[in-house]
Amino acid sequence: MRFLIGGVVISAFALLGDVLRPKSFAGLFGAAPSMALATVGITIAHQGKWYVATEARSMALGAIAFCVYAYAAGLVLMRYKRSAAWTTLSLLPIWLGISLGLWWTLLR
Amino acid sequence: MRIEANFSVLKDAKVHEYVARFVLGGLVTVVVGLITKRWGPVIGGLFLAFPSIFPAGATLVEKHEVQKKKEIGRDGRRRGREAAGLDAFGAALGAMGLMAFALVLWRLLPQHSAWVSLGLAAVAWMVVSGSLWVLWRI
Repeated sequence: MRFLIGGVVISAFALLGDVLRPKSFAGLFGAAPSMALATVGITIAHQGKWYVATEARSMALGAIAFCVYAYAAGLVLMRYKRSAAWTTLSLLPIWLGISLGLWWTLLR
Repeated sequence: MRIEANFSVLKDAKVHEYVARFVLGGLVTVVVGLITKRWGPVIGGLFLAFPSIFPAGATLVEKHEVQKKKEIGRDGRRRGREAAGLDAFGAALGAMGLMAFALVLWRLLPQHSAWVSLGLAAVAWMVVSGSLWVLWRI
């Protein structure tokens, strides 16, 4: 069930990003709350609203990490003209490091 | 700069690209569910903001720009990477909207209905990311 809903919702936001111009505006949809929208209903039904609220508080920290990661990817792509696949995948540790760092500092 | 929707790009994309994104989106959602089950909502919540589809999206942006230039006999790699870069800057602004979405959901959900909380959180995402994009363009 999670697989189906996640696949549909995340693909739908990705399609929106495909058709919209300019590319910088379409990029907004690359960071849409698609996974949250896909899973919140199921999680509330099984775990309750407080559980999802706790997830949301952590999601805010993950979003800060996403912002730094995406900005770094934009800089590398613009300045060094490396391939998009290489750049976006090799910089993923930035997201993980900042997310876990913020969790360690603020929520642990 | 005007915001436009160009639906013809959907015809240019291959079916396997859509299937790949559907499978990737589904898999990431399942994996995040497993992480939350194993380590709880505090760690699991971080992964609700995991850039799951962003690398695939940026790669497709580059690929489509390269294809367009190839059709007129030019090397579009530089243009493709710049387009992917703009897409990434947009995603950085969208991530600030994602943070607004999460904060509104965190504060409202315990006291209000799920639909009201989700609706207002989605509005917060749109307003924050859209406003930041307009300011960035000025």
